[in-house]
Amino acid sequence: MSDKILPLEFEKPIMAMEEKIEELMRLSQDSHIDFTAEIAKLRSQAEEVRNKLYHRLTPSQKLQVARHPQRPNLLETVKMLSPNTWIELRGDRSGTDDRAIIGGIIELSSGPVMVVGTQKGRGMKENLTYNFGMANPEGYRKALRLFYHAEKFKMPVLTLVDTPGAYPGIAGEQHGIGQAIAFNIREMARLRVPIISVVTGEGASGGALGIGVANRIYMLEHALYTVISPEGCASILWRSAEFASRAAEALRITAQDLLEFGIVDGVIPEPQGGAHYDPTLNAQRILETVEQAISELKAIPNDQLPADRYAKFRKIGAYQEKNAAALSS
Amino acid sequence: MSLRDWFASKRNTSTKLDVSAMNSRLTDEEICKLWTQCYSCHQNIPSKELENNLMVCMHCGYHFRIGAYKRIMQLCDDFQEMDENLFPADPLNFTDTEPYLKRQADAHQKTGLNEAVITGIGRIGEERLGLAVMDFTYLGGSMGSVVGEKITRMIERALAERLPVVIFSSSGGARMQEGTFSLMQMVKTGAALAQLHEAGLLYISVLTEPTFGGVTASYGTLGDVNIAEEGARVGFAGRRVIEQTIRQKLPADFQTANYLLNYGQVDMVLARQEMAPILATLIRLHRQSSGLAPISLA
Repeated sequence: MSDKILPLEFEKPIMAMEEKIEELMRLSQDSHIDFTAEIAKLRSQAEEVRNKLYHRLTPSQKLQVARHPQRPNLLETVKMLSPNTWIELRGDRSGTDDRAIIGGIIELSSGPVMVVGTQKGRGMKENLTYNFGMANPEGYRKALRLFYHAEKFKMPVLTLVDTPGAYPGIAGEQHGIGQAIAFNIREMARLRVPIISVVTGEGASGGALGIGVANRIYMLEHALYTVISPEGCASILWRSAEFASRAAEALRITAQDLLEFGIVDGVIPEPQGGAHYDPTLNAQRILETVEQAISELKAIPNDQLPADRYAKFRKIGAYQEKNAAALSS
Repeated sequence: MSLRDWFASKRNTSTKLDVSAMNSRLTDEEICKLWTQCYSCHQNIPSKELENNLMVCMHCGYHFRIGAYKRIMQLCDDFQEMDENLFPADPLNFTDTEPYLKRQADAHQKTGLNEAVITGIGRIGEERLGLAVMDFTYLGGSMGSVVGEKITRMIERALAERLPVVIFSSSGGARMQEGTFSLMQMVKTGAALAQLHEAGLLYISVLTEPTFGGVTASYGTLGDVNIAEEGARVGFAGRRVIEQTIRQKLPADFQTANYLLNYGQVDMVLARQEMAPILATLIRLHRQSSGLAPISLA
């Protein structure tokens, strides 16, 4: 990546160590004194600090990584997954092209795949174009017509999810944002082609589910999947958005949590420090996971894929069944 | 057990008036219970008359919010509850200003309910149906694992017995204290409705005041027919969130039943009195056109 990586607040200790190492190297060159031993020692210390830090990120820190302005977005990722083929298909054929959701056809080793996902921009101008990855009903309806398209031609569907949620606006309510999400959930449940979903950043509530119903769900290591943003949760349950990190902890929204709960099927390790440190490696790992999933799902006849999906979601839920004796007590 | 007995066993006993005690002087509290002040037009209405009028103000038509058992009582000629033995758990070990377990216990104490939805098989006139009615008094009608599980089981039973399904929604949205488990209930119920759809069976969604969030974005808007009750406010995002995002004041009728009707989001807006007859008619019409025989009332 040609741009300098923007450090996050909690990375400052590492940045300080890196600067010290660079200073010693410069000093070593200018003064011709041998600092090799000191540099090696500092390097290994920095390595240790880095390992410890990135292995123990708190949910709030993960949220910062997931929302990092340089995190690879949908368009960047698909071009790495499929360098030779990317044909975008636009519009909902009903008066709008919602740029927050982008879809098109790529080619993997298994064959053509329909990719649909939320697109965040790089910088303010792009983010205004893509509405920060916050879709309106029209985006979900575009996604649906691409899902039907994939089904007609027996293409597997890959969805890449990174969104703060559906856009909360007047037009959205007037055009039925709730219904658009609900209908996508229902129709994705019925689709007769394999669906794989990878949460690459924030997976926020209905906005994510509207393209997130899949046979297999994966999350990048620092991605999050939540029913409500920590800020939203904090302002409702703690009466102040200041409690956002408490909320983030309580909600259990990390990839590791969701794997433990049996809600996601796998966690894709990120390059150390986050996907933005090595987008190419990140894309490579996504590719490996997706290709493996496609080959597994291809073993299931298309007509049985809805049943596979149903079974996956049917068992999600935590409740108690009390017997008659316990009820009467 | 007769239907009357069943309803009596469910009625909150604290609202029952002891007739013999009415011979002695009534306390202030008891006098107040004889009258209800309409929240909308502020007229005083005799409580018994309000009850007979389905909890709708006779003067201005204001629809009071009603709980699940009352709704079932108003709607059905018969009702067999199912899954009364499902209770919530605490999968995230969640505590905000209070532990989730305590909130559950308090809600149970306050409402007598185990959870925010009652499900079962009902009968309206000659028509049998799978029925779910949500209750806003239990933790704001929020949808957690139990709501998702009960609704899904009811739909699966309707599928097996080839019955239509009606769901009355009333909810602030997904239950935060169960995190992503709550979110996934949207998929569980949506997938069950997908199966119902493929079986050619009717699903009617009735949206009552208020219905928001994850319920609107799942089973709430998936009906073959979507009905809004008069006076209901229905939407996805809450009014305040939208106002904060767009930095504008919203029209007073935003997200009301008639607003939804004008924007093509619901098939009809019904007054409470119309619910039972119109639901029965819709079920009959779709059953007859599908060539399904009426269920014998044995």
